[in-house]
Formats: sequence, structure tokens, C-alpha cells
Amino acid sequence: MSVTGIMRTVLRYVPDALVPGTRPDDERVRHGHVGKPVSRLDGALKVRGQAKFAAEVAIEGLLHAAVVHSTIARGRIASLETKAAELAPGVALVMTHRNAPRLKAPEAFGEGDGVAGSNLPVMQDDRIHWNGEAVAVVLAETQEQADHAAGLVSVTYEEEGAVTNFAVAQADAHHPDSVLGEPAVLAIGDAEKALAAASHRVDATYTTPPLNHNAIELHAATVEWADGKLTVHDATQMISSTAGSLAKVFGLKPGAVRVLSPFVGGGFGGKGLWSHQILAAAASKLAGRPVRMMLSRQSVYRLVGGRTPTVQRVALGANRDGGLDALIHAGTVAMTTHNNCPEQFTFPARHLYAARSMRLEQKVADLDMLANTWMRAPGESVGTFALESAIDELAHEMGIDPIELRRRWEPERDPTSHSPHSSRHLVKAYADGAARFGWDRRDSVPGRQRDGEWLLGMGVATGTYPYYRFPGVKARVRLDADGQVTVSTAGHEMGMGTATVQAQHAADRLGVALENVAFEYGDSDLPAGAMAGGSSQTAGTVAAVTAAADALLAQVLKLAGNDSPLGGLRTSEVVARDGGLGHARDLARHESYGSILRRAKRDFVEAEETGSMPLEQMKYSMHSTSAMFAEVGVNAVTGEVRVRRFLGSFDCGRILNPKTAASQFRGGIIMGLGLALSEATLFDPRSGRVMNPSLAEYHVPVHLDVPEIDVMWTDIPDPQAPLGARGIGEIGITGTAAAIANAVFNATGRRVRDLPITLDKLL
Amino acid sequence: MNPFTYTRPADAAAAIHEAAHAGARYLGGGTNLVDLMREGVERPAALVDVTGLDRTITELPDGGLRIGAAISNTALAADRRVRTRYPMLTRAIVAGASAQIRNMATLGGNLLQRTRCLYFYDDAARCNKRQPGSGCDALEGFNRMHAILGASDACVATHPSDLCVALAALDATVHLEGADGKRALPFEALHRLPGDTPERETELRPGELITAIELPALPMARRSTYRKVRDRASYAFALVSVAAALEIEDGTIKDVRVALGGVAHKPWRARTVEALLRGQQPSEEVFRRASAGELSSARPLRDNGFKVELARRTIVAVLSQLAGGRP
Repeated sequence: MSVTGIMRTVLRYVPDALVPGTRPDDERVRHGHVGKPVSRLDGALKVRGQAKFAAEVAIEGLLHAAVVHSTIARGRIASLETKAAELAPGVALVMTHRNAPRLKAPEAFGEGDGVAGSNLPVMQDDRIHWNGEAVAVVLAETQEQADHAAGLVSVTYEEEGAVTNFAVAQADAHHPDSVLGEPAVLAIGDAEKALAAASHRVDATYTTPPLNHNAIELHAATVEWADGKLTVHDATQMISSTAGSLAKVFGLKPGAVRVLSPFVGGGFGGKGLWSHQILAAAASKLAGRPVRMMLSRQSVYRLVGGRTPTVQRVALGANRDGGLDALIHAGTVAMTTHNNCPEQFTFPARHLYAARSMRLEQKVADLDMLANTWMRAPGESVGTFALESAIDELAHEMGIDPIELRRRWEPERDPTSHSPHSSRHLVKAYADGAARFGWDRRDSVPGRQRDGEWLLGMGVATGTYPYYRFPGVKARVRLDADGQVTVSTAGHEMGMGTATVQAQHAADRLGVALENVAFEYGDSDLPAGAMAGGSSQTAGTVAAVTAAADALLAQVLKLAGNDSPLGGLRTSEVVARDGGLGHARDLARHESYGSILRRAKRDFVEAEETGSMPLEQMKYSMHSTSAMFAEVGVNAVTGEVRVRRFLGSFDCGRILNPKTAASQFRGGIIMGLGLALSEATLFDPRSGRVMNPSLAEYHVPVHLDVPEIDVMWTDIPDPQAPLGARGIGEIGITGTAAAIANAVFNATGRRVRDLPITLDKLL
Repeated sequence: MNPFTYTRPADAAAAIHEAAHAGARYLGGGTNLVDLMREGVERPAALVDVTGLDRTITELPDGGLRIGAAISNTALAADRRVRTRYPMLTRAIVAGASAQIRNMATLGGNLLQRTRCLYFYDDAARCNKRQPGSGCDALEGFNRMHAILGASDACVATHPSDLCVALAALDATVHLEGADGKRALPFEALHRLPGDTPERETELRPGELITAIELPALPMARRSTYRKVRDRASYAFALVSVAAALEIEDGTIKDVRVALGGVAHKPWRARTVEALLRGQQPSEEVFRRASAGELSSARPLRDNGFKVELARRTIVAVLSQLAGGRP
């Protein structure tokens, strides 16, 4: 049994009250801010163009950077001619492996406290590891001069045999050491035998293509060295750990690197630590001048990883009553030897359904390619496509409504960890969603509904995403004598509403008006914050702010002393309300913060704390779920697919801000539309080169592809999660592609198991 | 992007004079040329901005229109005479690109836009069009978007324009002006098939400027349309597109115009379809036979075999729609 397994077993016998982080939260925080559809506090700044992004920070004497990319996938640089570039107008220097400062290799995710996309050394030798790797950086007075000079660098290579064909590399696929801490192979009973004996079965292979990140804000870093310290204005979703990692790469003391990232124009998992920040800082050090490196769209495709391709077998065996006797989900993804992102596509199957036997298996095939990485719901996005398509196939085979079939499989406990659910209301999400969507109007016989040239169909699928809360998140809360509250933590605002929701929470937590709260974030000099990953930032930050606020309020109560209406009360008896502290039930006993602090002759009080250990996720099975409904039209002449309407019905615990939450859900669903219908990175297996590195040729959904998207939620608080809320950033993309594929089947009788569902697959 | 000079002459004569410099290129809206310069595919030494030249639409005595080549796509598509007399042209234009790009793009520039073949765009790939004699990586590579008609072993790229497909169907005339004077070309003769010289895309002589397009009076074009099939609802190049006009008299097809986009190195006038249809009684079966005739010479590649069936079906659907009186 793994350490995690032992912890889970032990925790099961520990009462909730003794487990930090698992206290039901939170009766004391009910002042009406949390749960309100507050508009984004940063909205006006962004609309006015006043929010400064990483590539917009102005520094005196700034040099602009352009990158020269390798054109082979594996080998070494044979010759490197930089003279012409160096002599070009405006050029300050050309950095290559020959003159780059000596740097330590960054640690990749999963190694120590590393967060880099890859652990390869950055421009330290003549080796080439992927097609598109940076071989030179040109610094010039203007971006145009840098771009021009980059075109004058000539490089020749000695090529070595590279593995760039996923289909071929699968022959040598192997099990990764683990899949994010979970075993790569998980077996319960003999699933193959149960499958063979099942009354009804499906056994099919599903494939998903490589995908790339296309945040509207290009990756960028504006860097400056001063007194041996490095400042990086970055576009990142992991401020604190980027600062720590960069310090190690450059051999600096922790704290000698400051990362600022107040606004990020979309992250989705792609705004991590890649080679460009390191290259910018190294080139700046070499030039002795500040540097801005804003990657071109093409450079983003060449230097920042995306979602890896998957080949997944799903086999389901059911008995006559519809019980799930066998669940097999096994497959292979592409990865590299220098990263650790195995795209956990079997995770949904570990938690969703009560299967009597199960076999889950993940393999990786090593390719010579840019390291793949996190992309909105890594694993669950593509894993639910395969699993939820297969369930639809089985339901059709059995002649059972696919919602009813899933209802029969609803587990009492987590099917693999056997932990109790903290809160699970998938059946309700389905019932509510089906009623609102009009599921009863669906014709279960495919191909019978028509509107002119268009064949119509409805499909449904389950979405799911785990609850994560990572340890070590810190926050500071400061209370000024004028009643102003400042909450500080190195968190991230990538457009999802972090600053707004955290201000709402702090206002309720401290019992003050929303306009009296300032939320400071986006700066590594602040207490180490949660990374914006795993849909975990909100819960992690709330837990840390709660700890700091509790400590602060204890201080305030102490300062109030016995001359206060609060005299003699213990912390458990007081609540924060109306701009001060008061007795929990006796409304007359209250004193304002200002009054307490002035009497104590204090200008301010502050407290910094670390959030409780996130043991709740070990004791309980904590997962959000959703029921996703799609109606599509498939053109009978051309095979074109248009999603006509979509509904997501979510069970994600308590919704803290319905307005920002709805945008998160819709955004995830729109990304799911792209996954389903149009997005694919064209990775040429002959060269290992991405051939469509542009928004013209990599097809994200455009406005006209996006129909009316309805979202709803159970809003049932999770008693184990801070504020009762599980994460909501990623779940929207899960289940979406399967719902659409299932709707396409219902419309046409054609089952497309290979994403994206382009029209040629339906002709 | 390489350094270049920039001039914006006031008239055609001055523009032609400026373009006599080595490495000079005419610049319209820049929606394609500037992209290619950013990618290093085009490296002009001089840009001669011709957006200040004639952009007017004038009536011809016979009811046709003469359109200055500097007109924007948006202005051309929105013109009431164009919308009513040549609806397929307006529909083709608005099916292309995005509103912002159409506001910048010019008619002349649209005719000269270059293929979107992925291997043409990437300096690291072999491309006979970009670097004559280097080979073609699209032949065995990603060629889902590529040509099924009229291609060669040297090049399988397609012409990306929507607008040009309508011009091919409408029998437009291209007016040119160069150092040797003025001349006119039938639109169909402007673009070339790739053969062994895919780098030569048009019959333009060095320094020659497109000054105007003439649309002949064509009453049948009042009932015409354009249908574009692509990988998303907007902002994608055509997999297959069809521009068509149909004139039926006494239950017989008197005249028909069909041109295809997305299938060849040039806007493809479907002469075989037209020949097979004239004098026939319109029916789906007749349309199907005609489209099959046109596509019988198709030579699909690894990824684009579906285009043959898609083109057949789209032609039939468009002609059936026109025959049914639904423009």
C-alpha cells in the first residue's frame, strides 16, 4: 500500500473535528458577500486598457528579444553563424550556448519543488532535444530589429535519429513510475474475464490529438537585474514557485528573485516556467540591460508545451440488470524523458462508477518533442471523452437511456479508494439538467430528427474533476484603525475572478464592506500563495486567509480587553460583523475595529498564517461532477457539425460568485467545443515539427461556433471544503467532447471515436 | 522581417515607376503580404502601397461594372449593385476572413494572395513554390487542405481566395498596367496551374499592376450564390466552395456558371459541369452526373480524398438550391 493509501486508511478512523482542514465551514461567515454575483473588480481596468500585462511593463533602456528555433528534433548544432545578426542595425548581442551564462538545469514538475515544464538545461550545450528548441536569442533596441536579426542567424545541424512518430513509439511504451502519485496500473478483480462473461459489452479505441495552448496573451517576461537580484515581470500561474526555481537556476539565494504577475491574459495550465523566462534573464544578465521577451505566437508553439495525444481503449461489460461488471480503461500517451506529465486520462474511471471489476492502465511513449504539459483538466478532459462515449455506446446497445444507466452505476463510496464521498450529487445534477434541457424530447433512435439539411441529435455525458488543495499556502491579513482590511498572498488573477472572490470572502470573514477590502496578489514578495492549478487556488487561498484572519481576530479580541463590550468573551464566542467584533448571539455586545485599535493605540494589526494541512482530501473522496447536455446539427450534405445549444449542470459545492463561476463554466465548455470539433496540433511525424503554429491554422472555436450555453449548479456546500466550495476552473471542459460526440451519434448513427470530429469523418 | 522602403504613389503611373526597382512589391491591405514578411517567406526590398489608387465602382454601358483594384473587400461586398446583380460575389467575400481583415484587404491584393500550405509558410520545410527545386513536403505530409484537381508532383497547394472563385464564375476581366502599357486578361487566364514552376502563380509580367476588374453584364448572376464548406463556422479557409449561377428557361438549363474553391492551385472554373448541364432538364440526377464528370479527373492525396465526395455533394446541393428558386 502506498503512503497515500495508509494515510487514507488511518484518517478514516479519525473524527472530523480532530482533522485540521476538515471542519465544516462556516457558519460564522454569512454576511452576504460570498455567493453574490459581484462583477469582476479588475474589469474596469481591463476594459480601459489600464491593466499592465507582463509585456507592457516599461523599463528605461529595455532591449527586445527574438528567438531562433531549431529545425531538427534531435542531434547537435554543427555550426552557428551569428556575425551577420550581430552587425544588423540595433542589435546589442546574440546569445547562444557558446556565450550564455552557466546555469543549473531547472527541476521539472514532480522533482523536488520544481515547476518547470522540462528539466533540460537551457542553452548550455550544442544538444538539440526537440524541433523548435531555442538555439539563439537576439537582443536589439526594437522588436523589429530583433526579429530581423534573428532571421540572419544561420545554423547547421548534425541530425541523429529522432523518435517523432507516436504511432511507432507506442511499441516501446512503458508504465510511468506513477500517475501523479497514483499507480499506473490498478486492478480490481479480473476485468477481462468479467468482460468476456458480460451480457452486454463495448470494447473500442478512442484517440485524441495533440493540442496547443492559445491564451490570448502571448507568453512574456520583462526582466531586470539590479544588485545581483533579478526581477521578472512574468505572465504566470505559479508566482512563488517560479521565483524559487529561477533562484536555483541562477544560483541565487531564495528571495533574490522577485516575480510579479498582477494580470495574466489566460493561463489554462500553459503559463508555467518554460525556457523563455530563463533565456530572458540569462540574456539580460549577459547584456547588462533589462530585457523584454514577448514570444510570437509561433514561438509559443515551439517553446511552450501543450496537451499530449492519447490512444485509449475503453471496454465495458454489463449484466442483464445493467450493473457494471467490468470497466477497462487503458492506453498510451506521448511524453518525453525530461518531463513528467502523463495526462491522467484514467482518473475519471477511478472515481465515477461502481464497477465490480476494473482494470486501469496508463503507459507513456517517449518522444523527442517539446515537453507536453497541463492543459485545462489534463486527463479528465480526454479521459471523459473516451469513457463517456463508451457508456453511450453501451446504453445504445442495451436500449437503456444513458442517464438511467449511469444512475444504476452510482457508487456508495469511491470505487477505488473506498473512501466516503464528502459530497456527491451527480444524480441530482443529471435530473435538474435533464429537466431544463428537455432531455425527454430526445429520440433514442439515431438519425430520425431533421431540420432541412440538418440532422439533429442530443447527447449527454458526465464531467468530473477532483478537488485539490495543496499544502503550504500562506496569507497575511492586515486591519487598519480606519477599518480597512488588506489581504496579501502571492496568488494569481488570470481573468477567472480570483481578486473579486477573495475580496468577497475577506469581507465576510472580517465582517466589513466589500469596498473596505484590498486584495494584494501577483507578487512573490507577498506570502507564498497557491498556484493557479488543479482548480485549487480558491480553496487553498480561502484556507490560508481563514487561518490568518482567525489569528488576527484573536489578536483584536485580546486588544479589546475588559473595558470593551466584548470583555470576558472567548474567541469561540465572537464573530466578525458590522466592521468589528461582536457576540455571536447578543447583538448588543459589539465594538468596532477602529474603536478597539484606537483604544489600544494601534495603527494596525496583522497576522500571517499558513492554511491548514489539506487532510480532507485524504479522508474523503472529493470530486466535482457535472451532467453535460448537447444538441447538435450535422449537415447531411457536407458533414459539418454545429452545436445548437449546450447545458452544463454542475455539482461543485457552493458557488462563491455566480457571475464569475458562470464564466468559468462557459469558458471550459467552449474549450471543450474546440477539443470536440476543431482543435488539433499538426505535429509532423517525419520531422517532429508543429506545422500549424498560428491562430489561422489551429482552429479554436470562433464566436459563430459557440451556441447559447446554459449553466446551472446544485449549490450544495461541500462540508469538507473551505467555504463549502470545490474548484470550478477546469470541470467545464470535461464531458463536453463526449456529450457532443454522443449527440453526433444520435443525429447520424455515426460513432466518431477520433477527435476532432471534422466533417470528413461524417461524409 | 527584412528592412524595406515604403512609398505611397498617387497614381498608377507613379506606382509602376516605383515598382521598377528590384525586389519591389505592390502592397494592398497587407493582410497576406505582411504576414508572409513576418514569417520571412516574402522579403521585398521595397513596398509600393497602392491603396491610394482607384477604388471606385463605375457602371459600364452594357450594365456591367468596372471596379478599381484598390477597393476594400468590405466596400465591394456592400455595394448595392454588386449585391443585387452578382450576389455570389458578395457572399463569397463575406465568407472570407474576418470583418477586420475584410476592412483592410483590397480587391487587387485578394487576387494575388498566396497559398496557405503549411509547408510554404515554414522556412524549415521543403517547398518548390518558396524555394524552386527544393521539393515538396506536403506531398507526403499534412495535405488535407490541398488540391485534388490540376496539381502536379511539384506542388499540390490550393489558392485560398473566396472572392476569386466568384470572379472565375462571372467571367470577369482583369485590367493590367505595366511599363509596356495596358492590357486585359480574362480572369480565368490570370492564375496558373503549378506544373513544374509552382513559384509562378500568375501571368502577370514583372512590375505589372492590377488596376481594375470588370464584371460583364450577366443577368443570370442575379440568381447566384456561393457556398463555402470549412472546418469551423467562420474564419477558416475553404475545404470546398462552390460559386454558381443557373438560368432555366422552359424547364431547360439555358446557361450555368460553376466555379470551385479549395480544390486547385487556382480558382477552378468547372467547365465540365457547365458543358454537361447546358440544355438538360434540371434534376438532382443530372446535377450528380455533371459533378461526377468534373471530379473524374481528381487525384486525391493521403488526407484529402474526402474533398472529391464533398465537392460532388456541394455542387449538387448548390445547383439544386438554385434550380428550386432559392438563391
